Amino acid sequence: MACPAFFHMITIRSLTFNYPHSLPIFQDFNWEVQRSETWAILGPSGCGKTTLLYLLAGLLQPTRGEILIEGQPLRRPRPRTGLILQDYGLLPWATVRYNAELGLRVRDFYGPDGTHAPLDHQSADVTPWLERLGLAEHAEKFPAQLSGGQRQRVAIARTLALHPDLLLMDEPFSSLDAITREDLHNLTLSLCAEQNLTLIVVTHSIEEAVSLGQKILLLGAAPNSTAHIFANPGAGTGTHRNSEQYRNLCAILREEMQRPSLPSPEKKEGENETP
Amino acid sequence: MKRRDVFLATLGLFLAWQVAAIVVNRPILPTPLVVLKVFFTELGQGLLTHFGYSLWRVTAGTTLSVLTAAPLGLAIGGSQRWNRVLSPVIYLLYPIPKVVLVPIVFLLLGIGDLAKITIIFLILFFQIVVLVRDQAANIPPQLIQSLRSLGAGRRALFRFVYFPASLPAILTALRQSIGTAVAVLYVTELFATKYGLGYYIYYNGSTLLDYPAMYAGVIAMSLLGLGMYFAVDWMERKLCRWKFVN
Repeated sequence: MACPAFFHMITIRSLTFNYPHSLPIFQDFNWEVQRSETWAILGPSGCGKTTLLYLLAGLLQPTRGEILIEGQPLRRPRPRTGLILQDYGLLPWATVRYNAELGLRVRDFYGPDGTHAPLDHQSADVTPWLERLGLAEHAEKFPAQLSGGQRQRVAIARTLALHPDLLLMDEPFSSLDAITREDLHNLTLSLCAEQNLTLIVVTHSIEEAVSLGQKILLLGAAPNSTAHIFANPGAGTGTHRNSEQYRNLCAILREEMQRPSLPSPEKKEGENETP
Repeated sequence: MKRRDVFLATLGLFLAWQVAAIVVNRPILPTPLVVLKVFFTELGQGLLTHFGYSLWRVTAGTTLSVLTAAPLGLAIGGSQRWNRVLSPVIYLLYPIPKVVLVPIVFLLLGIGDLAKITIIFLILFFQIVVLVRDQAANIPPQLIQSLRSLGAGRRALFRFVYFPASLPAILTALRQSIGTAVAVLYVTELFATKYGLGYYIYYNGSTLLDYPAMYAGVIAMSLLGLGMYFAVDWMERKLCRWKFVN
């Protein structure tokens, strides 16, 4: 088998997906993500961005076409993919520490069977992650005693404790206040750089997309057939949010999203299909 | 609730009883002091045995119902197929007052402990199935998806989500139905037995016309119900600590 580094992190080929008895959300859709890129998937509600994330997480299966992660077809949730949802992802009856340990506990429960847990799974202590995310002093609290931002930090700790290489986030910060949100944007980006993660964030907020994604995938009304991609190389650098580039891209995206239908497949300014 | 408040409420109730007894001024309503004295002497002369029999029946019925109804409720709430097949059945059986089944159960299972335990079991069973099922069905799908993305399959979901989520539902079901269970226990103990608080109360009240002893039995039965109630509260505090943090 070839070295996994040879493959793209994600390759989507001719993906068609529809829920039973509904029209397709994706039709013949192609998309590629390179290792260590940070992507934002942007679009109005109902465009299929969460569906795409669930497909990438292996929680949904394509109707037609295929999704390859590191060159391997995706059939079920993959141990090295982490998924963080907007809310409700924590067990309300368990402490912060237990919640952070949850992924490890699930793996301990099955043992290293290669399906639910990687063959080289070893139990680990989450304390360093709790410390890294500023949760050490809250370790014995329950989720209801935490702020929204702290809860998302627990979800991040739980995911990173499993050493993922691909991090999927579904509207992870949309219920947070602006300051906390920006704080967690910075934290997420620095953790991704530190752990060499590929990041894919689903959001309906243009500003969030432009803050986080070095590349932005814009989805429109279903069915989506073409990946409309916008390059945003400044994302993640310190002054990006105050730059001209940031404001311009926000304006372009806002204009695109307000159109009755998304741009035709011809290339637009700011669009960039290859890195 | 504070302990002190519960104590004061007890005191208040006894005071009201005392006043009522003085106003009524008949043997059918003795004062609490008389009853309490009889209660403690009777404890040594058989009341404790009757209490033990009743406690055994209600505990056995409760344990059996939790052990069978909780897994069934989880299965129905966690699986669309089970839900489709079994929920209509439960929908029909749930509102039937189980106390009407007393004669049938006695006919089928005889007049021994098994029939009495079965009746208590029946009362609690449906309550627990319904509450646990609803609890399991109302687990946010995001929580399930999060767990699945962490590698959890069906077994791990039951271990880490469905099972712990059902605990508060079991305790709520018990709290709601323990009163009924003890009331029906009384009814079942009127039939063909020489042991149990129901028998004791009825025998002293209707046959011996020993009203203070009858009231001692009523106190014992109330303590049985209260004790179970407190036990459920205690378990909730121990097992569902997260519900009390705010």
